[in-house]
Amino acid sequence: MNASERYEVVIGLEVHVQLRTQSKLFSTAKVGFGDAPNHNVNELCLALPGALPVLNAHAVELAVRAGLATHCRINTHSVFARKNYFYPDLPKGYQISQYEQPLCSAGWLDVIAAEGEAAQRIGITRIHMEEDAGKSLHEGRAGSAVDLNRSGVPLIEVVFEPDLRSARQAVACLRTLREILRYMGVSDGDMEKGQFRCDANVSLRRHGESALGTRREIKNLNSFRFAAAAIEQEVAAQAEILDAGGAVVQATLGYDVDKGRCFVMRSKENADDYRYFPDPDLLPLKLTQQRIEAIRATLPELPEQRRARFEQDLGLRADDARVLTASRTLADWFEVAALAHGAPQTVAKWVLRDVLGALRERDRDASALALQPEHFAKLLALQDAGRITAKGVRQLLPELLFEGGDPETLLRARGLEAVSDSAELEALVTRVLDENTAVQKSYAAGDTRALNFLMGKVMRETRGRADPQRVRALLLGKLER
Amino acid sequence: MPRITREQVLYTARLARLRLTDDEARAMTRHLEAILDYAAQLETVDTEGVEPMSHVMALETPLRSDAPQAGLSADDALANAPGSDGTHFLVPKILDSETQA
Repeated sequence: MNASERYEVVIGLEVHVQLRTQSKLFSTAKVGFGDAPNHNVNELCLALPGALPVLNAHAVELAVRAGLATHCRINTHSVFARKNYFYPDLPKGYQISQYEQPLCSAGWLDVIAAEGEAAQRIGITRIHMEEDAGKSLHEGRAGSAVDLNRSGVPLIEVVFEPDLRSARQAVACLRTLREILRYMGVSDGDMEKGQFRCDANVSLRRHGESALGTRREIKNLNSFRFAAAAIEQEVAAQAEILDAGGAVVQATLGYDVDKGRCFVMRSKENADDYRYFPDPDLLPLKLTQQRIEAIRATLPELPEQRRARFEQDLGLRADDARVLTASRTLADWFEVAALAHGAPQTVAKWVLRDVLGALRERDRDASALALQPEHFAKLLALQDAGRITAKGVRQLLPELLFEGGDPETLLRARGLEAVSDSAELEALVTRVLDENTAVQKSYAAGDTRALNFLMGKVMRETRGRADPQRVRALLLGKLER
Repeated sequence: MPRITREQVLYTARLARLRLTDDEARAMTRHLEAILDYAAQLETVDTEGVEPMSHVMALETPLRSDAPQAGLSADDALANAPGSDGTHFLVPKILDSETQA
């Protein structure tokens, strides 16, 4: 019997998401990734005396969008607070965050843990705005090196209710959140760049118990795979303690990626005491209901809504709709192509198999598509009209997808125009038969392989530009005569 | 019952990374006690139904547009650093038991 059968697993997530702004939360310093160390800094990022924070309007709008997209209440009055702690990457000695009065409260997400399972509603306690800290690099020297480029970068922290019951569900919840925030343009959510980072609170209790068990928090999970592995490992570790009659001691853990294990960073004895208080440098953030509604009016369709629409209006299968809506870029591209072409299911088939296949092969996402979706629709229309074969489409696709262009021009340039002229094809078939009278005889004698041989000859003559079905029909017509 | 104990003073000092001598801890306890006594006058005010105030001015925070501007050069940024390798601030090793990230 595994741990989750003996105990109920309870997981709460806290996710830090970098907002897609150009400048920092409280200063005009640039937000960038991969820039030279300490280049995107100003007086405020360095906490030089006298520097005062001024709030970035766009960051507020993005945070409100995040709240609206996750069904939160948007508070018209919220307050920035100082979270006090000492660390070299935090030059002020405090982080500006929100504490008692966050921007967003009481939302939810519907999460589907696996294909075919029912959606679970996962509560969101709050979403608040805060600034990121700098970065300390520990390179095995006597000290640490500090880069303050990240200092002051705008974040939201999304705090979930402890509603999750498995690592798998937790990862599905993270994926859903990231997908929504990317759709909404709130964040790029690039985990490798630290734009989407997660802490997981894990506790166990006996089935049927209502009180929560003692939790341990795993910090800074920066990939879905590590999140799943770390949570599963922690569930097993706590089950082992409880099985042996022991008690879990509250602690903060890190996840060692190389060893694949969690380790204790600090235990309860030196628990956090951040002495939050309202930041006297910042007045309360006030939003009018009108402003909130104006932001709501700019929200794009949610992925879930789009999925339903693709199923109902375009007649796609649920699985296909899910794949096609996984990113907004892909969904937009597909939708334009489907509308331009007129047969969404045909377009979906090609996108799912050939377009996504080509992207996977190059390890790229839909943003790498240089081909206009209208041109993709045109290419498929050319095939419908018999001017290019399916094989010809596949030959052109890689180049078209990544370099773009008019498919008709390329098709001519490559000499892939299908042999659709009946007279031309018929003459060719007759010629091939005349040149292979021996093969004709073996067909007549019952050797069906002879037909394939003749097919191959004709196709070679056309360099694959003929529709195989038609060639076959023509050959049979003449052979059976 | 004192408003603040010596233990609380020492705990607060530790959070602020201050090391107090016995004499300093005694003096600090006395001073903080007096400050808290003074502030305690506010407890006599009836605040029933009054919204907690986070700021003395009844204003809201101004907002600025999301337009980045050139900041300090890395050289200027590092000019006052006690330690630097030319591109980073260099700081003494951080002991794990002291971290509060």
